[in-house]
Amino acid sequence: MNPGTTISISSLFIASSLVVVSLLFSYFQKLGLEKETLISVGRAIIQLVIVGYILEYIFGQKSPVFTTFLLAFMTFNAAYNAAKRGKNIRNGLLISFVSIAVGAMITLSVLLLSGAIQYEPFQVIPIGGMIISNAMVALGLCYRQLSSDFKDKRDEVEAKLALGADVLPASLEIIRGAIRTGMLPTIDSAKTLGIVALPGMMTGLILAGVSPVMAIRYQIMVTFMLLSTTAIASFMACYLAYRTFFNQRKQLI
Amino acid sequence: MVLLKLQNISYQSENKSILKNISLKIDAGDYLSIVGPSGSGKSTFLKLCAHLLSPTEGKIIFKGKDFRQYSPIDLRRKIGYCAQTPCLFGDTVEDNLSFPYLIRKEKVNLTRVQTLCSDFNLDFALLKKDVQSLSGGEKQRIALLRTLLFLPEIFLLDEVTSALDVTNTLLVEKVISSLNQKGTTVLWVTHNLEQSRKYANKLLTIENGEIKAEEVLK
Ligand SMILES: Nc1ncnc2c1ncn2[C@@H]1O[C@H](COP(=O)(O)OP(=O)(O)OP(=O)(O)O)[C@@H](O)[C@H]1O
Ligand SMILES: [Mg+2]
Repeated sequence: MNPGTTISISSLFIASSLVVVSLLFSYFQKLGLEKETLISVGRAIIQLVIVGYILEYIFGQKSPVFTTFLLAFMTFNAAYNAAKRGKNIRNGLLISFVSIAVGAMITLSVLLLSGAIQYEPFQVIPIGGMIISNAMVALGLCYRQLSSDFKDKRDEVEAKLALGADVLPASLEIIRGAIRTGMLPTIDSAKTLGIVALPGMMTGLILAGVSPVMAIRYQIMVTFMLLSTTAIASFMACYLAYRTFFNQRKQLI
Repeated sequence: MVLLKLQNISYQSENKSILKNISLKIDAGDYLSIVGPSGSGKSTFLKLCAHLLSPTEGKIIFKGKDFRQYSPIDLRRKIGYCAQTPCLFGDTVEDNLSFPYLIRKEKVNLTRVQTLCSDFNLDFALLKKDVQSLSGGEKQRIALLRTLLFLPEIFLLDEVTSALDVTNTLLVEKVISSLNQKGTTVLWVTHNLEQSRKYANKLLTIENGEIKAEEVLK
């Protein structure tokens, strides 16, 4: 990295005057946001500093076992959060964990096998974090859509069951709709990449002195891996979760 | 021969008792009309017979075997059910008519579709139409037709002529009664008193979730 791009503490200090601008606005416009602004800035600084030191420690650990453990821990947290969005789904935590884990594993394996990244914490952990959190958001959307569709389209599902369909053909349209809902935000953001906004990661690399052409390579890889992970995780989660809405006698609950 | 036997059926939903202690025998070949005030539990009764709901108490026996001994899918393929509000799915009418074949992994029998279309006074060109653009009466007849592509042994009908004009109502009644003459057992919920006595051999009155009267007509 080129040293000219390192931010010194003093320049960070001067940049903090930008917060004062927002505070002044709040004060004179009587927005009443001074206290919240200060709290949020304070929290951001403290959290980031802690994360910075933690990451420095983690990236120093060369043990692949430790890295794997961290990935599993991240996946568990993501699964826990996704499952909260689908409280009515039986084994929601397990389904989410398996779906996110499989999605992330396949994606990471392809990246590793292709030589795009190495199984080093400083590469695998940030990339794992990106794909796992993206899958988490997608699963939350999938569960919400499944639940609302099984309620709103009750008549349709019952009509299909009455015609003698098994639960899968009776739910197929709902399942597909839910997978679509889970994947759309990722697809939409891929569509507008570089037009509406330069993605944070690419901006970061460019600021750190990486040439835009190189930075773009990374961004293209990120786009691919986000797409594949959400697709795999949404697909698995919806197909594992839909049976929750039926009882043993294949009746809608 | 008793085809369907309900033994002390009760159905509760969220602590509300919708059907109470219903016992009934339906013979093969019966044509049973079911009447009763709105909210009395007629639709719930049919859903239980279609195995879309299970009774909270009591059991339903079909051909001497408990419903629970059949696979739900096999059972529902023997018992046709047409809901009170016809619900067409997919994009076109065709999607609805090919669905029963699709789930049986069979090729669509176009001759069968054509015959039924003309029985129900539906233009064959309707097949390509968007389901959203159909009239209420067309939807009702397509929902009926969809259930009859494979002949059921019992046919459960929930106010299926409510959106039809006089001509089409007569037409549907004729199709159903000719099916009945060929041996299909019919259970028909209706608000129309004249309709309830026209072809039926039995009349059941449900009130407040209980059987109020059971009459033999013919
Ligand atoms: N899923 C449900 N949960 C709670 N209550 C229900 C449910 N389904 C029906 N009910 C109630 O059960 C009662 C009977 O309903 P049902 O639809 O069987 O009546 P119905 O005789 O078919 O009436 P209508 O002639 O108006 O169609 C009604 O009071 C209804 O509000
Ligand atoms: Mg009803």
